[in-house]
Amino acid sequence: MSDRNSPSSLMIWLGLADNSFTRQKTVKFGDASAVNSGRAYGIITVLLLLVLWWISTSFGWIKPIYWPSFGAVFSRLNQLMVEGFRNVELWEHVSISVYRVLSGVFYGAIVGVPLGLSMGLSSVARGMFDPIVEFIRPIPPLALIPLIILWFGIDEFAKIFLLFLASLFIMTIAARAGVNSVRISKVHAAYSLGASKLQVLTRVILPNALPEMFTGLRTAMGVCWGTVVAAELVAADKGVGSMIMIAKNFLQTDTVVIGIIIIGLIGFGIEILMRIIEAKLVPWRGKG
Amino acid sequence: MKALTVEDVSMIFTVPGGEPVHALQNINLRLEPGELVSVLGPSGCGKTTLLNIVAGFLSPTSGRILLEDQEHKEPDADVGVISEVKGPGADRGMVFQQGALFEWMSVEKNVAFGPDVAGKPKKQTQEVVKNLLETVGLKDFAKKPVYQLSGGMQQRVALARCLANDPEVILMDEPLGALDALTREKMQGLMLQLWKKTAKTIILITHSVEEALFLGERLIVMAPRPGRIEKEYRLPFADQGLTQSPRDIKASPEFIEKREEILSMIWEMEEEIMGRAEA
Repeated sequence: MSDRNSPSSLMIWLGLADNSFTRQKTVKFGDASAVNSGRAYGIITVLLLLVLWWISTSFGWIKPIYWPSFGAVFSRLNQLMVEGFRNVELWEHVSISVYRVLSGVFYGAIVGVPLGLSMGLSSVARGMFDPIVEFIRPIPPLALIPLIILWFGIDEFAKIFLLFLASLFIMTIAARAGVNSVRISKVHAAYSLGASKLQVLTRVILPNALPEMFTGLRTAMGVCWGTVVAAELVAADKGVGSMIMIAKNFLQTDTVVIGIIIIGLIGFGIEILMRIIEAKLVPWRGKG
Repeated sequence: MKALTVEDVSMIFTVPGGEPVHALQNINLRLEPGELVSVLGPSGCGKTTLLNIVAGFLSPTSGRILLEDQEHKEPDADVGVISEVKGPGADRGMVFQQGALFEWMSVEKNVAFGPDVAGKPKKQTQEVVKNLLETVGLKDFAKKPVYQLSGGMQQRVALARCLANDPEVILMDEPLGALDALTREKMQGLMLQLWKKTAKTIILITHSVEEALFLGERLIVMAPRPGRIEKEYRLPFADQGLTQSPRDIKASPEFIEKREEILSMIWEMEEEIMGRAEA
């Protein structure tokens, strides 16, 4: 397999050379699978941005109030880790936001999954809930904040209720889509193997709908993470969103930047974690 | 063992806003216990509809599906206890073309599905599953998820899953239709062996004339619009298949003659449909 001209595995990893299979393709333009990772260029881009950041702030091209210097961000991060922000530790700001998202999605799934399943299985449930789901679905959760503040004030319950609503309809629709995607031959097979309706539900329809529900869960996590930050911007004294909002009032741009980076990293982390869990729990996705 | 009777079954589909379609008209058919009948016909002749009615997934517009238990006689009668089919049940097993396996289960869990939902003892089921997997040549694949298996292997799992339930009648809807030609020939041999070994009553729907001839003791050719039984043959090839090589049988003049006769019959039906569509 190794010929004299074959590039090193490092070059392939960096995307500076194609792997042995792609090298043998003559048609590359238009074949998406022949486009390699281009990792080297990614690394260069990130490094360039960091250098630009460092140069532009240390030469004073940008005022610290618009964008903080590298050093300022690090010393602020250090201070936040030790002292916290406004008498609340940094990890508590982060964890309360994560906690809100997880509980919102949890309750959303607890209610939404049975709702979606029933809508996929019974015309009564479908008829009853369809108008509600179809009406509320296109409303951005943020538009509900004023109403929720009027109803429940601004305490913890109000925030989790908002996230519950945000994830509820995503989970409902995902569960319904899961039921609808069941191939009729599988259901027929189960019945002619002697399964009862309950057994068809638990042993065929549920596992068959699980991949779709996981997609719903992943979407709900993403949407709720966006919503929680926005909700905390409006009214909260703890949480990453409130942290950057309050920091803005004190012109602490470095804290704002740190908050934004944390929000990005956690959003990314949630996505990756959900993908790993999904691959572990529903390895049969798309294999039917 | 039970005999299966299709008694004067008609099926009319009414599509909203369209004319009623006569999918099946006065179908009469009887399968004695242990018989393998293959059903052939051009697309749209209602063969899958017929199978779905026998399986109990559809209820016919008129007519009945009857199972006759010949081991238990009706008092003062020659016939066995007769029961009418009203819905799907474990007495009629199905083997579908493809995609009816439960991809979230391993091979052995798929095969054990019937006994499991019936609440049979685990020990006994394990034994049954092990024997069946050995019979279909998959004993090393018991723990594998089914989606890692090739198409031919998956259909062997489907056969084993159906047999694990020990049904009275097996209904096959183009079970080898999605397989490549070579795998298909091998599977035909396996099906022949399984049929002789288990002595099951089988209806086999296929669009391959060769398969229908090779496996069926009887062959029924259906015609479309309205779906009806056009012709019936009694065939020697399935019996020969137990002793002779399938290749030899399929190359014999007798086999080729029958194959050509049926092919041209179906060809004409297709021509007629096309002609009617153009006119």
